[in-house]
Amino acid sequence: MKERPRTQDFDWPLMAIVGAISAIGVAEIYSSTHASAMAGMQWKQLMWISIGLVGMFLISRIDYHTLMDQAPIFYAIGIVGLLIVLAIGYSRLGAKRWISLGGGVNLQVSELMKLIIIIALARYFGDMRTERLTLTDLAKVGGLTLVPVALILKQPDLGTAMVLVPVAVVGSLLAGIEWKHLAIGGLVIALLIPIGWNMRRHLKPYQQQRIQTFLHPEEDQRGAGYQILQSEIAVGSGGFWGKGFGKGSQNQLGFVPVRYSDFILAALAEEMGFIGVCVVLLLYLGLILRLVDNAQKAKDKAGMYIVMGVTAILGFHVLVNASMVIGYMPVTGIPLPLMSYGGSATAFVFLSLGLVMNVRMRRFVN
Amino acid sequence: MASWNGTDQRIPQGRLALFSYVSVGFVVLLLIGFWKLQVVQSGHYSDLAERNGIRSIPIIAPRGAMLDREGRVLVDSYPSFSILLLRDNPKLIEKNLPAIEEGLGISHEDMEQELDAAKNEPRFMPVIVKPAASEADIAFVESHRADLPILELIMVQRRRYPHGEMLASTAGYVGEVSTQDLERSDAHYRPGDIVGKAGLEKQYNDQFEGIDGMRRVVVNSVGKTIRTLDNIDAIPGKPVQLTIDYDLQSVAEADFANGKEGALIAMDARTGEVLAMVSRPTFDPNDFAVRIPPKEWAALNSDPETPLLNRAIQAQLAPGSVFKIVMATAMLESKAVPSTYTVYCPGYANFYGRTFHCDHAHGSVDLHKGIVASCDVYFYNVGKLLGIDRIDHYATGLGLGRRTGIDLPGEEPGLMPSEDWVQRVYHHKWYPGSTISVAIGQGAVMVTPIQLARMIDAVATGGKLIQPHLLKDATNTKPEFFPISDSTVDVVTQGMYGVVNEPDGTTSGLVKLQNIEFCGKTGTAQVMGYDLRNRLGEQKKVKDNGWFVGFAPRRNPEIVVAALVQGGGWGSLSAAPIVRDVVKAYYDKKSGHFQQPASPENQASNRSTPLVATVGSGATHP
Repeated sequence: MKERPRTQDFDWPLMAIVGAISAIGVAEIYSSTHASAMAGMQWKQLMWISIGLVGMFLISRIDYHTLMDQAPIFYAIGIVGLLIVLAIGYSRLGAKRWISLGGGVNLQVSELMKLIIIIALARYFGDMRTERLTLTDLAKVGGLTLVPVALILKQPDLGTAMVLVPVAVVGSLLAGIEWKHLAIGGLVIALLIPIGWNMRRHLKPYQQQRIQTFLHPEEDQRGAGYQILQSEIAVGSGGFWGKGFGKGSQNQLGFVPVRYSDFILAALAEEMGFIGVCVVLLLYLGLILRLVDNAQKAKDKAGMYIVMGVTAILGFHVLVNASMVIGYMPVTGIPLPLMSYGGSATAFVFLSLGLVMNVRMRRFVN
Repeated sequence: MASWNGTDQRIPQGRLALFSYVSVGFVVLLLIGFWKLQVVQSGHYSDLAERNGIRSIPIIAPRGAMLDREGRVLVDSYPSFSILLLRDNPKLIEKNLPAIEEGLGISHEDMEQELDAAKNEPRFMPVIVKPAASEADIAFVESHRADLPILELIMVQRRRYPHGEMLASTAGYVGEVSTQDLERSDAHYRPGDIVGKAGLEKQYNDQFEGIDGMRRVVVNSVGKTIRTLDNIDAIPGKPVQLTIDYDLQSVAEADFANGKEGALIAMDARTGEVLAMVSRPTFDPNDFAVRIPPKEWAALNSDPETPLLNRAIQAQLAPGSVFKIVMATAMLESKAVPSTYTVYCPGYANFYGRTFHCDHAHGSVDLHKGIVASCDVYFYNVGKLLGIDRIDHYATGLGLGRRTGIDLPGEEPGLMPSEDWVQRVYHHKWYPGSTISVAIGQGAVMVTPIQLARMIDAVATGGKLIQPHLLKDATNTKPEFFPISDSTVDVVTQGMYGVVNEPDGTTSGLVKLQNIEFCGKTGTAQVMGYDLRNRLGEQKKVKDNGWFVGFAPRRNPEIVVAALVQGGGWGSLSAAPIVRDVVKAYYDKKSGHFQQPASPENQASNRSTPLVATVGSGATHP
């Protein structure tokens, strides 16, 4: 019963959720920017979505096993790319994150690295022959993850660096990490927190600042604490029903920081209220559950690890971004997938969903 | 193919399900977080959002003008702009500071100082970088609204004293409300509000003050005004009409213009309306109207010449021979000394083993001659016969050593010594020898110019102590009565008529006025205030203070004027001509022949500011 993988086998309910979230995102980008010098941003976002859809289709056509065969090469390319960024990358907003591909196109290599780490770790976990994750396995997984994490931290981009970690954590949990390792790992992290706290002087000033303002937002009225405060004001003042589309004063008067990107959820919360937030967060929950469903139906473990890698990253993005908007986490520059404006980030989401479709299309193929 | 084929490919369904449950849990937690902000604390955040985007800009109400008794403007207000630097965004300030400094002509040091002074204030509080913006400054801000959004204009009202030093000590000055007053005011004042600090500005502050209006505007995150929500107009302060007569004031000021020190007070003898009030040296209140540099303020305050003092009500000095009018009244009223009492004056007299001098030998002196020629020996003897208690009774009854209650802050009481006072302050008995000095207005007796004017007027009107006041529509101005018999009034006023008009009067006929019953009394007081002399230094003030208190006509006087020329020597030469000029001006005005004196101050004011009421309206800035 060998069939060719077909695009008709895409997860259409999942695509419907993705479409709904993207549409809300485009609308909110319009609301946030139409009255400013950035008017018309929603068209650019639509363009990024279109490019993402094409990329999604293309990546779904290449068998994920083939992609995993090339994982070492991808990984090497990713690491070299990150090194190039550090060497000659160009800075924007105080961090070196982009390399110019010429013709005005700039690539954020760290976004690409997210895809690579998903494929590389899926291959590693898929290769395992036992249901037990040994210490050696853990060390290798840790090494594979921490090298790019360290390079991205160097840029510095704490947010994207952190995003790679859940892929390894979720993978390890699924691969059968031993309870004692889990317990020890948990203990180590618990111990690292106070040490890290004492080491905070070695952090970059902006990181220290962010931690400081996260702990004491009221002390810094116009810095990062100001951003959190303004975001909370926007969310809180939205109330249950919201102030109405295009009518949020925090959003329209520019008090919400980067309201079209990292803080788009705050802008939406102000204008659409708690109701709007419920709709959006439930859509994201639907997305996650639908992705897990795809993982459960994967043909093989490698496929499952790919789907769960994507799920881990997207879930982590949503969790951290939404927590930041309501002041539960410091400002880390992690965008809200599918809603925040941004070329590389949007492209990553669609390419990673392309990987999911890739796995799904081949579940009956053998 | 790769090695994953053939391994155990069972999917860990249980763990995936667990992942789903955990995801649901996280979403629930997030929704609880949003619920807390959006439903539980929504009101709090709505307030914050409103405060964020809505800025209240005060519309400053202009202070009411001060008008003279004929409605001429003495002090008024004019709208002016201050330039604010918004400090919300330190990066923008850093970047644009050089351009702002150049555009507004502010030195880098001054700017640094301003910003430094405000660095502990909350960031949303702007700094006034230019309190009185010129038209060029305003144009600069308007034309750079787009690229320099951190500059903002606010309209303020400034006090203008068109005549500069004229009436300055009486009018007082305004300044920013002090921190203590701010706390006391129970939120009536905001920091930076302008209030009266001295003189009439302080006394009638409530009347001058208007009610500030408020404009609420929507601003965006960089402070740019998007639109106006509403506008509450300012209610301008009420103009206050004074009893001051600009013409008489000009005449008096002109007489004091050439570096004289002292004071003058001219009053309507019937009502106590103050027609003119001078104190020299003085200050220019315009210096206070914008923002007085600390250095200048310190200089004014520590100046040994005390330019901030209003000497007409605050200088406490020996009255000298003017006090003889009190003596004459006490002698006649108490009947302790017969009215025909005569003394031989050889130019000195001995009492209690001490020699007291007279300025020359007057020969045989009766009361009339005693007043006219101001014979000290005559009044030494009268004083000895009366005793300090009687002198104190009449002096205090005629208002000496007591505040007159004029409507100005800071009036000094002066001092009338008595047996009680010596006992209380020095804990010893009254030395009878002290009475001899007091009898000619020396010793411990200290009066203010306004007290002397009121005392002379009371004697001339049979004991009516007028209530001096500067507010034209004063209601609570009840005079005080210390009845003096008509025969006493006649004798004493005859004496004062003689001072001016008889050939052997102390003024030697120099200040006579045609067809006017001009009377008065001279005084030449030794400077007795030791501490004052120490303050002023050795080289100055060894010369006597000249006094003259004059009135006209002799019976039922209309005007009374007291003049003090400190260090002026003989009162007849220094103070009497000034009083004569003011009395003459009063009568010239009555007969329609008045001409403005040609003083430099007057010419300057005529040139620059016409006497037209320009009470500002509560205009708003564009």
